[in-house]
Amino acid sequence: MKNVNKSIITALIVLIVLIVYAYGFEVTQVNLETARQPRRQESFVRILRALAHPDIFTYEQSEVVVDAPIVVGCPTGGVSLPEPDKTGPYMLVTPGCAEPKAEITVEGFNFAPNVSGPINFIPPSNVTIQLGNFQSDSAGHFKSTVTLPNRQPVPESQTIRSITRANVGGPKLSRNGRDTWGKIVETVFLALLATTFGTLFAIPVSFLAAKNLMKDVVSPLASVALSLIAWPIGIGIGWLTARGAHWISERFGQTTVLLIAGLIIAPLLTYFAMRIGLPPTDTRTPTPRQRLGRFGALVVAAIAGIVAALLVSQVISEFGEIVAKVPALEFMGNFFVTVGDMVSTFLGLVVALAAGAVLGGWAERLGHRMTDSLPVPALKTFNLILAALAGALIFLTVAAVIEWLYDFNNPLYVFVIPGILGALAGLLLAARLPHKGSLPVGLTIYNALRGLMNILRSIEAFIWAIIFVVLVSTGPFAGTLALTLHTVAALGKLYSEQVESIMPGPLEAIKATGATRIQTIIYGVIPQIIPPYISFTMYRWDINVRMSTIIGFAGGGGIGFLLQQNINLLNYRAASTQMIAITVVVWLMDYLSSVLREKFV
Amino acid sequence: MLQIQNLFKIYDGGVQALYDVSFDIPKGQFLAVIGLSGSGKSTLLRCINRLVEPTSGKILWDDMDITAASQEELRRIRRRIGMVFQHFNLVHRSSVLTNVLAGRQGYVNPAWSLINRFPKEDLQKAHAQLERVGIGDKFRHRADELSGGQQQRVGIARAMMQEPELILADEPVASLDPVLAHSIMQHLEKINQDLGVTVICSLHFLDLVHRYADRVVALNEGRLVYDGLPQDIDDARFKEIYGKEAERVG
Repeated sequence: MKNVNKSIITALIVLIVLIVYAYGFEVTQVNLETARQPRRQESFVRILRALAHPDIFTYEQSEVVVDAPIVVGCPTGGVSLPEPDKTGPYMLVTPGCAEPKAEITVEGFNFAPNVSGPINFIPPSNVTIQLGNFQSDSAGHFKSTVTLPNRQPVPESQTIRSITRANVGGPKLSRNGRDTWGKIVETVFLALLATTFGTLFAIPVSFLAAKNLMKDVVSPLASVALSLIAWPIGIGIGWLTARGAHWISERFGQTTVLLIAGLIIAPLLTYFAMRIGLPPTDTRTPTPRQRLGRFGALVVAAIAGIVAALLVSQVISEFGEIVAKVPALEFMGNFFVTVGDMVSTFLGLVVALAAGAVLGGWAERLGHRMTDSLPVPALKTFNLILAALAGALIFLTVAAVIEWLYDFNNPLYVFVIPGILGALAGLLLAARLPHKGSLPVGLTIYNALRGLMNILRSIEAFIWAIIFVVLVSTGPFAGTLALTLHTVAALGKLYSEQVESIMPGPLEAIKATGATRIQTIIYGVIPQIIPPYISFTMYRWDINVRMSTIIGFAGGGGIGFLLQQNINLLNYRAASTQMIAITVVVWLMDYLSSVLREKFV
Repeated sequence: MLQIQNLFKIYDGGVQALYDVSFDIPKGQFLAVIGLSGSGKSTLLRCINRLVEPTSGKILWDDMDITAASQEELRRIRRRIGMVFQHFNLVHRSSVLTNVLAGRQGYVNPAWSLINRFPKEDLQKAHAQLERVGIGDKFRHRADELSGGQQQRVGIARAMMQEPELILADEPVASLDPVLAHSIMQHLEKINQDLGVTVICSLHFLDLVHRYADRVVALNEGRLVYDGLPQDIDDARFKEIYGKEAERVG
């Protein structure tokens, strides 16, 4: 009985598998019929042949011109033609004179073996008429019969001319080869920049998206609410600080003397304020006065640091402008100018976010202290108020984004309803949560980041390229941005999975020494993830090179632009060159990454 | 003086790891914790520096409540408690010196850690600690190039960098051969006797307990079943601790 059941189940499974694959064939239209048509096979073979003859090299050619005289219209008494020079290739035409439209025989000697070319008739007017072609044999001899054109006979002799072309010198890059070289260089650098920027962003993201690091991050409600409120305030303060520093740096940047003075003062001030604000060890619990002093010193250090960075960026830009005047170094100069521009553009943003993080972290600790020390009724009241405020804040932020995207222009929907709903949600959460209970902040961030990365990753870089082309116009920069975004999402995921699979023992040991979370990551996590990070980054570079072929289709620069053009023009020989270039680059990078891995792993 | 009062630990899965454990450890004692695998020894040690959060109960250290400490206080408490692990828990790819310096984490400013900077005194201290455990010449090596016994000595040096008043040793010799086991235990003994550091050490072998410990507590399924001198563990007590079928070895 059991055996029968088993066979029935087996038969069922076989049947189901059969159905699945049959349906799969139907859906994907697997069909050999079309492939059997001779027309398709011919085209297919033609394309394959074209692909097998990549258009990379050309040769410079020299023409070998051999002339022989002929007289059209035989004069009475015949013609006497000069003996040809027999040291080089020469031709004999028989007969030496003939009527128009008569057949003559052209015989060639001492030609290069196995060459071919046209046989032309050159009248005194020099308007060439092609009479036929010749093909020399392995001894450099040919004999062909051609028909003279229908021309009025003239007494002078006219010319029969054969032309052969020979390659001179070594192979040279063809035009397509040169274009391919230029574009593959562009592609490699496009991929390099996208990988670099992507990696820079992906590393911090990967720590925040690693479950093993994030699941212990829990905070009481008061902390969460306070830091949610503190973050935007901090961002605002940071933004204003950056503006202020910008103002100061502009004052310094007015004259060279002031600029040099600023460049000396600002870094020194930063350094000494840092020395005061960040003592190398904290052996004793600092007193409130010490804390205040250190905080003040750090604020001074921060402002001086921003001013220094802005001044440096100005100097870099100006230096770049000078360098750019030297033609050979123009690209270096432009690089400095752009870097200076980037620093001063993004510094404000970075400072604002950093200030948000500092104030948010400080509020978080305040919340902890409140939760630990306040009496229960007071804590409950505080929690309710803070949660309502934070909830309203979150909902209002979301509403502002929605407003920005959809333009409702109705304050009721944009401010009132989200505010009330958010406050209610916060109140509900505060009322439901035990008053000292903690919220899984880490897991929330983890899930949010994972979700965001999944969205970013599921939208192909091709589509991002289309979007970025609108922002920065067509060209490799749009492709770089598109690939960067995709790289952050993809590497963030791969990296974070590496973080999740590290050995927990060392982390535990470092935690036990009294290390903070950041120290634990620096000393326990980072050394363990360096080898996989390097190999993933190299692999990503390789992926980005290959992806940039597609990016080019959307106007994102790189070799894809050429490839698409040539495929559309049915110029398969040229397209073949681009494919070979991509293969060679991928191959080289595979080699390079294996070398790097051996060094670091 | 470390006081453990009515300590309970129930893990998320419902496993009862510690059940109403109370005892005191006077300063400077070498205390052995024995019991079968899974009896709660590791959990007990990890509750003391709160690598594991106790479910309930109190741990007082010189009248300071470890279980109620805030994050910042906990950092200050942890840095005075060194810990040595069965599997050494070194960062394999880092150098021996970096592993030892990691013991100063609780003292250095976290901001300086970002750029991997330690004060000069810490560097000297790290070399001194490596000398002390007899592997002063190995500081440049990667941690995983060292043998097991050497790795555990790095572990001890790391713990000593904390200038600890208490060392928690979680089966420090269970992965080592008997000769190395004695050498590691002697290092701990010396630290205990010369520097007056309290040592709480979980052990499997009773001969090591007899040889090194001032006092023994035994756990069985999370309960304290014995608290006394090592030499007082007779066959009856032994069966109480390890179960009826257990046989003495060694």
